[in-house]
Amino acid sequence: MQPTDPRTLLTLRDLHKEFDISGGLLNQLSFARGKLRRNRATVKAINGVSLDIVPGEALCLVGESGCGKTTVGRTIMGLLSPTRGTVHYQHRRIDHLRRAARLPYRKKMQMIFQNPYASLNPRKSVAKTLLEPAEFHFPEISAAARRQKVAEVMQAVGVEAAWGTRFPHEFSGGQRQRISIARALMVDPEFIVADEPVSALDVSIQAQVLNLLKQAAEERGLTYLFITHDLSVVEHFGTRVAVMYLGRICELGTCREVFSSPRHPYTRALLSAIPKVGRGSSRHSVHHKPNLKLKGEVPTPIHLPSGCVFHARCAHATDICTARIPPLQTTASGVQVACHAVAQQRI
Amino acid sequence: MIVERANKLRDMAPLLSVNNLEVVFPLRSGAVSAIRDVSFELAKGERLGIVGESGAGKSVTAFAILNLLSKPGYLAGGSVRFAGNNLATLNEESLRRIRGNQISMIFQDPMMTLNPVLTIGAQMSESLRAHRAISRRQARRIALEKLQAVQIPSAETRLAQYPHELSGGMRQRVVIAIALLSDPQIIIADEPTTALDVTIQAEILQLLLRLCNDFAVGLILITHDLGVVSAVTQRILVMYAGRIVERGRTEEVIRRPLHPYTQGLLAALPEQTLPGQRLQQIPGSMPSLQEIPAGCSFHPRCQYAQAICSQASPELSAKGARAAACHFPLNPAR
Repeated sequence: MQPTDPRTLLTLRDLHKEFDISGGLLNQLSFARGKLRRNRATVKAINGVSLDIVPGEALCLVGESGCGKTTVGRTIMGLLSPTRGTVHYQHRRIDHLRRAARLPYRKKMQMIFQNPYASLNPRKSVAKTLLEPAEFHFPEISAAARRQKVAEVMQAVGVEAAWGTRFPHEFSGGQRQRISIARALMVDPEFIVADEPVSALDVSIQAQVLNLLKQAAEERGLTYLFITHDLSVVEHFGTRVAVMYLGRICELGTCREVFSSPRHPYTRALLSAIPKVGRGSSRHSVHHKPNLKLKGEVPTPIHLPSGCVFHARCAHATDICTARIPPLQTTASGVQVACHAVAQQRI
Repeated sequence: MIVERANKLRDMAPLLSVNNLEVVFPLRSGAVSAIRDVSFELAKGERLGIVGESGAGKSVTAFAILNLLSKPGYLAGGSVRFAGNNLATLNEESLRRIRGNQISMIFQDPMMTLNPVLTIGAQMSESLRAHRAISRRQARRIALEKLQAVQIPSAETRLAQYPHELSGGMRQRVVIAIALLSDPQIIIADEPTTALDVTIQAEILQLLLRLCNDFAVGLILITHDLGVVSAVTQRILVMYAGRIVERGRTEEVIRRPLHPYTQGLLAALPEQTLPGQRLQQIPGSMPSLQEIPAGCSFHPRCQYAQAICSQASPELSAKGARAAACHFPLNPAR
């Protein structure tokens, strides 16, 4: 299946990723009814994700922990290889490429990680950390020009260029995340996967980093895949949002549409669960319940529920929901929703 | 009549009263105060929130109440009055009778709080039997009762399970059940929902709110999340660099913040800005405890700072429900 929009930067088609958790051969063997059997178990982290990302957008991938959002990001970057399905970048398939063939894409695609304490090498000075990607990807450029570039990028992310001789531990969390962003910007990428880039930061610092990411996008024409669990960040930062549940996309649309009129029961529950400043108050009585409450908890991704993965927790589930997987269908408002109840206009 | 008035007076008296608490950590580079001049009161059944960013001293305050500070930190001054005792000077043995009994704590990460090699039932009765002389059977019955109070499905089977067999939300429910075991008067919850997903967080907050009401338990909720405090608490204290900078009824503080720091925190929330607009930001970051600036500790980041702010430290008035430690408070009360 080819993407409909020729401008599409990144295309995912029916992406699956399973992780084998059955352990060693001896752990897999079991003896029952006089027969030796071998059982293998896998965690189904992504179960058929298809997505088109167009240049200049900030597509947010949201969902609760374990829904597969980080796995999608890592699979796109080639840090994981998909079990099934394809990743195309500018209409060229990249998921099966070998190291050397993949190199040009590493320059175009960069990643920012959640924890700036873990993602910077503590034994390298900031300047060295920033020089490394430039030395690797632009060996033709002179050393002086590279140092000049480091100074420019540091300036752009709001870290004084003179601090290049310092080491990561000498910086605060917010400054470290600026340095991680600077490292991603060093190779002039087109596309950035930002995996929870502000989740480890305090509110006042979070605002600084979000503004920086936004500014970088405007000045450099970046495209983001922004992975987060924080819906208020999505509403602010994203242009489109994809809501994931147990490795599938359940709703995909512009942030404005999805936030103003969520269709999928899971999206509705997720949106009503965020405690917002000023919405609740001390008058909040015990009888006040969030208008939509989910039954139970997320099922294990080792044994996926049949049909719609959400049916066990859904108030609108009927027989068809346990039998058939709902496809993503475009609704009148242009939002894509994977839900039988929405398709049958029951909700 | 006299008894009635005496009863009324007792009910009015705060359950917990913290006065001028100071915690000092001696470091190689010299001693630093992690918190200074922290004073507040908690009434019976009241829900109080302590908010602030990391390093503001919220958790140190919580630990200081129960004198649970990790070495080398120590209580350098102040008092914590609870049930006729000063917890700051009480000996270890008497303190142990209060901790986990009359005042319970809930921590952020349930996996760190629960013992991984004991079943849920075993750790619950261990905690009960440490405080009360009761039989195993009685302990089991109380444990079951509390697990049902926190709405754990099939509570009976959970007693025989180990922490790793439960999900994060279930584990936090077990931790809350353990905190409830001895019918405490106060629960101190340190970021109880930070490690949980939003839908689970909503359930746990709802549960805490219900338990506080049903059992008239006082709650001290420590969090960095203004949305969470606003959903659960009646009053809040805002902390910055080891001091309380603002206090008041939750609604009032959020609607009309007096301190520029509180205002900045609220304005920095993405939901306060129109989608696509640039977020309001507070420049810089919180000073480390060794480098707290002279005068008001917020002045280098404050857009309203004047000459006096870098010279004199503004005091938080001891009186009144609403106060801010600022030379030029915003929205002054009419």
